[in-house]
Amino acid sequence: CPAAMDLFGDLRRMNKRQLYYQVLNFAMIVSSALMIWKGLIVITGSESPIVVVLSGSMEPAFHRGDLLFLTNFHDDPIRAGEIVVFKVEGRDIPIVHRVIKIHERENGNIKFLTKGDNNEVDDRGLYKEGQNWLEKKDVVGRARGFLPYVGMVTIIMNDYPKFKYALLAVMGAYVLLKRES
Amino acid sequence: LRKNVEDFTGPRERSDLGFITFDITADILNGKNGLQAFIFDWNVKQLFLYLTAEYSTRKNALNQVVLWDKIMLRGDNPRLFLKDMKTKYFFFDDGNGLKGNRNITLTLSWNVVPNAGILPLVTGSGHVSVPFPDTYETPKSY
Repeated sequence: CPAAMDLFGDLRRMNKRQLYYQVLNFAMIVSSALMIWKGLIVITGSESPIVVVLSGSMEPAFHRGDLLFLTNFHDDPIRAGEIVVFKVEGRDIPIVHRVIKIHERENGNIKFLTKGDNNEVDDRGLYKEGQNWLEKKDVVGRARGFLPYVGMVTIIMNDYPKFKYALLAVMGAYVLLKRES
Repeated sequence: LRKNVEDFTGPRERSDLGFITFDITADILNGKNGLQAFIFDWNVKQLFLYLTAEYSTRKNALNQVVLWDKIMLRGDNPRLFLKDMKTKYFFFDDGNGLKGNRNITLTLSWNVVPNAGILPLVTGSGHVSVPFPDTYETPKSY
C-alpha cells in the first residue's frame, strides 16, 4: 500500500540525512582539535608544544610516559640548568635532557652540551658523528611544565597498534551512532 | 650561602681545564626571599641542585659550566654542609679563557620539580667570585 511505501522512503531518507549530519559533526570536532593544536604551535613557538617522555634518562624527575609542555621563544636565552627537548640532526626522536654547559658569543651564537640527569656521561655519544655541541636550531623547546603519567596512552598506542585501532573504532562508532536529542 | 674555593688550571692541548675544590653551606629551606620561605610544599617532588661557574672570555661573551649537581628529594635534609668537594664534571673552557681569568662566578641554583605543574629555575642568593691564576700548574694528584 502506498502509505507504507512512503513511510519507508521517509525513514531511509531521514537516516541518510542524519548520517551526513553525524559525519559533519565528527569532521568539525576533528578540525577544531587540529586548530587548537596549530594554535598551540603558534603561541609557544615550538613545533611540538607537548611531548611525551620516552626514556628514563631524566629520572627521578621525569619518567617514561610523563607529559611535558614546551615553549620555544626566540628571545629566551639558553642557560645552564634548563631542561631542553632537542632533536639530533637526521633523527626524528626528541630527547629531553638538561643543559650543562653553554658557550655564547657576543653576537648571540650559542653552543651547548646536554646530559640526562640519570645518565653517567653527557650526550656527546648521542649527537651526530663528529658533532660536539648542540645549537639553537636543534632545540624543539624548553620544558616549562609537566604532568605525570598522562602520556602513557601514546606510548601504549605505539607499542600495541591493535589497541590504537580498537580505540579509533570505538571512538568512530560512538560519534556516528550518537543521537542528537 | 657560603663557598670557599681553591683552584688551579692545567694545560691541555686545546682548551683550559680548571680544577676547583669547594665547600657549600646552604640552607635551602629558609630562603631570604619571603615567597620561597617554604620550598618543599605538597607539590614539590624534588629539587635538582647545581653549581654553575659563569664567566666571560675573549672568545665567548658568556660561558656557563655546571660543575656539580645533586638531587634533593622531598624528605631529604634541606641543609647542605659539604666540604672539600671536587667538581663532578670536568671544567673545560672552550679555548684558553681560564688562565688569568679573574672573575669566575660560582652560583648555586635549583630546578623545582613539582608532582605536576610548572618547572621553575631558581638561583640561590649567594654567589662567590673565583680568580684563576695567571700560570698553568702541573696537576697535583686530583
